[in-house]
Amino acid sequence: MKIIDAKGVSIRYITGDFKNIGLKEYILRRLQGKYTVNEFWADRDVTFSLEKGDMMGIIGTNGAGKSTLLKAISGIMIPTEGKVRTRGTIAALLELTSGFDGDLTVRENTYLRGALLGYTRKFMDDMYDKIIEFAELQDFQDRPFKQLSSGMKSRLAFSIACLVNPDIIILDEVLSVGDGAFRKKSYDKMQEILRSGVTGILVSHSVGQVRDMCNKILWLDHGKQVAFGSDVTTLCDAYEQFMATKILPESEEEILAAAEAWREAKAAAAAAKKAEEEAAAAAVLEAAKDALVAEAAAKEAAAAAEQKAE
Amino acid sequence: MFHKFSKHLFLFEELVKRDFKQKYKGTVIGMAWSVLSPLLNLLVLRLVFTQFFGRGMDHYTTYLFAGTVFFSFFKEATKGGMNALTSNASIFTKINVPKYLFLLSKNVSAVINFGLTLIVFFLFAALDGVTFTWKFIMLLYPILYLIVFNVGVGLILSAMYIFFRDTKYLYDVFTLLLHYCSAIFYRVESYPESIQRIFLINPVYLSIKYVRVVTLDGNIPSFQYHMLMLAWAVLMVGIGALIYKKCNHKFLYYV
Repeated sequence: MKIIDAKGVSIRYITGDFKNIGLKEYILRRLQGKYTVNEFWADRDVTFSLEKGDMMGIIGTNGAGKSTLLKAISGIMIPTEGKVRTRGTIAALLELTSGFDGDLTVRENTYLRGALLGYTRKFMDDMYDKIIEFAELQDFQDRPFKQLSSGMKSRLAFSIACLVNPDIIILDEVLSVGDGAFRKKSYDKMQEILRSGVTGILVSHSVGQVRDMCNKILWLDHGKQVAFGSDVTTLCDAYEQFMATKILPESEEEILAAAEAWREAKAAAAAAKKAEEEAAAAAVLEAAKDALVAEAAAKEAAAAAEQKAE
Repeated sequence: MFHKFSKHLFLFEELVKRDFKQKYKGTVIGMAWSVLSPLLNLLVLRLVFTQFFGRGMDHYTTYLFAGTVFFSFFKEATKGGMNALTSNASIFTKINVPKYLFLLSKNVSAVINFGLTLIVFFLFAALDGVTFTWKFIMLLYPILYLIVFNVGVGLILSAMYIFFRDTKYLYDVFTLLLHYCSAIFYRVESYPESIQRIFLINPVYLSIKYVRVVTLDGNIPSFQYHMLMLAWAVLMVGIGALIYKKCNHKFLYYV
């Protein structure tokens, strides 16, 4: 059963100075025929589908259209062309800390965020203590939100968003929240959610994290779909090769070749490192030998000097 | 629609709480001020204009107060509503929520203020010697009318304000002009019949006149008058709802 089905998704933004011109200027330009907007396709013809339990990693450089695609999947945007079909409830964790109100207390903000995410009051009443405990903010509940540190803010946001059991979870760079201890805790929590059979999408700049957590990969570049598939290792290898060389593979063969090249490069690097280490070890050995010889010579000289003195 | 709203009731309550706190910053004086400021406004008008416009007229205070109370509710509600989308942009660009709730919640605090000033209005009317009759029940009609009308105007304005940032200044000019055209401190009766009829185009004046007819004349306006008001309310809410429906996914390109 397909949980997420995206077919030919294209999303167009309009850009230009239309945002700041105001009504008077707009009417004037319309009358003069000078009103123009520029188009910009954030995503172009992206197609993929996920089954229950799949975890898809989206990789791509900045401006590849990853976040825009997530917005289309979570229903915040509708695609200009194409279709996204989803089945079940969606928890989208995008840019966690925006949308809080600085003047409200932590407690009020927690309830407001819960309401925004579509939870019921009863659910929030039941979960509130758990949320605060997970975020480790017991002593801050009645403080204004603006007094929290940014780490605390993200911890709270993460905790509220993660305490549901959604059918679809969308994560945009959220697994790098808080300090080391909290990061470990949130990672464990995420793993627990993922094991429950949720379908997920993960955007992360850490290729290692994607390799660890995902069984499908969608690779985007400047809005275009470079590849979609379940061969995580090959695609990640090819992507890392692309990151190193900046040459975008155009076909499947090129992707395979790039992955191969990356593995070779890695092997070569490993070999070089090994050789270097060996060389270093040999150098150390040599130096030690030299030192021993020098020491012996010094001893000898000292002994000779002693004899002479006698 | 209703089922959908009941599902979002929790969100609506939380938004109302937030807007209320934002507005008054949790102070008692903040809330008192929003009642005091129309009162002060009234006091000045009363002192200044009684000699000019109130001469030879009974219950000028009530006449004036009906105008200021209803007009300031219209002004406050629509101006507050205008910010509904822009001030919540950081939310609706990240979370998929029904956007009209932001507007409705902004209107709630204006309605509460209006309720408080209405109590003061009736107090002054009593002091002014106005006789209270069963017809006062009918005052619910202009009150409800203006609440709905303001929601409609708020929907339109908040959407316009997203697209055109000078809406605020243009609307300030517009409300000032409308204020002078609403017969708040002068009497329409001094104009010829044909001009008096032009005043009825003004949707805010409709509610003010209704209140005056009930409180001062002890009458109830005609059936057509009721229908005219209904048409205005339905028209504004209709246009607003249409814009929201059509632009629901366009707003976030402009913030």
